[in-house]
Amino acid sequence: MIFPDIALEAGESLLVLGKSGSGKTTLLNLLAGLLKPETGEILLSGKNLATLNGQELDLFRGKEIGIVFQKPHLLAALNVKENLQMAHFFSKKEGQNIEELLGELELAAKAKSSVLTLSEGEAQRVSIARALANKPKLILADEPTSSLDDQNAENVIKLLKTQAAKIGAALIIVTHDQRVKSHIANFVEVKSA
Amino acid sequence: MNLFKLSWKYLTFRPLSTSLNVFLLALGLAIITVLLLIQDQFEKKMNQDAAGIDLVVGAKGSPLQLILAGVYHIDFPTGNIPMDEAQKLSRNRLVKNIIPMALGDNYQGFRIVGTNHDYPALYEASLADDGSLWQKPFEVVLGAEVAERSGFKVGDEFLGSHGISVGSHEHDANNFKVVGVLERKGNVLDRLILTSVESIWYTHDEGGTEPSDSTATHEEHQVLNLQEDVAIKGFPKTTESRELTTLLIQYRNPMAAIQLPRLINSGTSMQAASPSFEMSRLFELLGVGITLLQGLAVVIIGISGLGIFIALYNSLKERKYDLAILRAIGASRGQLLLLIFLEGIMLTFMGAIFGILLGHTFLSVIISQNEQGVVGSLQPWIFLKQELWIVVYALTVGVLASIIPAFAAYQTSIAKQLTKA
Repeated sequence: MIFPDIALEAGESLLVLGKSGSGKTTLLNLLAGLLKPETGEILLSGKNLATLNGQELDLFRGKEIGIVFQKPHLLAALNVKENLQMAHFFSKKEGQNIEELLGELELAAKAKSSVLTLSEGEAQRVSIARALANKPKLILADEPTSSLDDQNAENVIKLLKTQAAKIGAALIIVTHDQRVKSHIANFVEVKSA
Repeated sequence: MNLFKLSWKYLTFRPLSTSLNVFLLALGLAIITVLLLIQDQFEKKMNQDAAGIDLVVGAKGSPLQLILAGVYHIDFPTGNIPMDEAQKLSRNRLVKNIIPMALGDNYQGFRIVGTNHDYPALYEASLADDGSLWQKPFEVVLGAEVAERSGFKVGDEFLGSHGISVGSHEHDANNFKVVGVLERKGNVLDRLILTSVESIWYTHDEGGTEPSDSTATHEEHQVLNLQEDVAIKGFPKTTESRELTTLLIQYRNPMAAIQLPRLINSGTSMQAASPSFEMSRLFELLGVGITLLQGLAVVIIGISGLGIFIALYNSLKERKYDLAILRAIGASRGQLLLLIFLEGIMLTFMGAIFGILLGHTFLSVIISQNEQGVVGSLQPWIFLKQELWIVVYALTVGVLASIIPAFAAYQTSIAKQLTKA
């Protein structure tokens, strides 16, 4: 697959649009360092992801990239707060204050709850909080709204935008969801070659 | 939050499967612990109780039974032997020392042993506080365990009963009088009531003669005897033909080991048995059972190892997403490998600790059910160095069971997992 060149400044937002099967997710995996590109470079704050070895890349990803998945994928064995603490532990970074972050995402009351008791919208907000916990330089979101209703979808997009702006991170959202387009003007389209 | 805590959370997230595996492992290890403890203490005790006794002589019958009754006081005696024959034996030049014993009575299951002062001396027994050894008929010295169970002190009196187990008829004519209590040494004396051979004879004289039959002369004769001092060394003095139950013999020289048993077995109506020979024969017989139990324990541990493997492997399937997420938030492959190993190790460590405690508890239950038997004097809460090996053994099981799941976790491709949705 071949993707167009993409460049993004800190604090900017970008939509990646495309039909299903067009390689949107592959692009996201490349950006997150989960896959290696055959040719070309992925640079984040001056670092080329392809030059980092396995462990360095894992650590770099933990520190500088926050990922929001289509489904929340929270760790079921842990409560809400512990889920966020894991992000701090593995990235070896202090990051944001978890209590404050949960407060901003209206999750303060759920800090000690098992993640199994959360509603879908709440769970997705927790997964956003997890992506934000380390104050990353880049936030990647893979279809973050596809399984949410209109109200929740709008909340999620607003949250992503305001929080990314607050910590000065670049935001890339991969989606085919029309509801997102009205919030973010800047977009690229991916077509399968 | 750290890896330990995360592993712990995952273990407690599946409480049933975790506790089943811990329990299964603990059960296997408990059996091994009990075997270790019994083997260690039993053999030590058996050797300790037989120390200084080269040969046991008693009535003909099973030699093992003779040893069990004469040295360890657990089986029934084989019968009685005439005292004149025993005295003849004591004049043999191969015999260094001979301790006569008269058995056959008990107090609430604790055996009353008629003997001389050489017997406590053989075990280097010492008296607790202000007591003394027996000097007159019907004076007794209690073993530490007997004193503790019965609550008797110096000066107390009690009635013995006939036979060597509880529930037989009581000899109600003469009270035994406690004159001393032995200090606890952890040997066979703890469970015995020691007295003179004469005391045993006189008790049975009454049992033999009905009150209506008793003549004036007979009673006179007894009263006389009760005032006399009993024999402290050697055989009791008597003009009547009397019987003994067993003799404990020490050899004068190694020659005796060859000649004396043959002499006794073929030349007299008695039989001789060597404690060391009979005990090694007994351990050989028990060995089959012990091996069987050990085999069972190994099988249980094997099954629990398999159980742990299956539990980890199954949970891994459900957890592939979790692992991928952990990688996405910065965990390295090595950390995931460690995470799974930690789970296996923590599980088996709990099993090991629980198993060792369970083993000791089993043993203390066995002991409390068996207070008057040989097992009764074992110590359930002594910890052996070998128990550390049980922990090592268990952790090895944990590591082995985790290898495959841990490498599966190591190999998980995050991109594939996360995009499968």
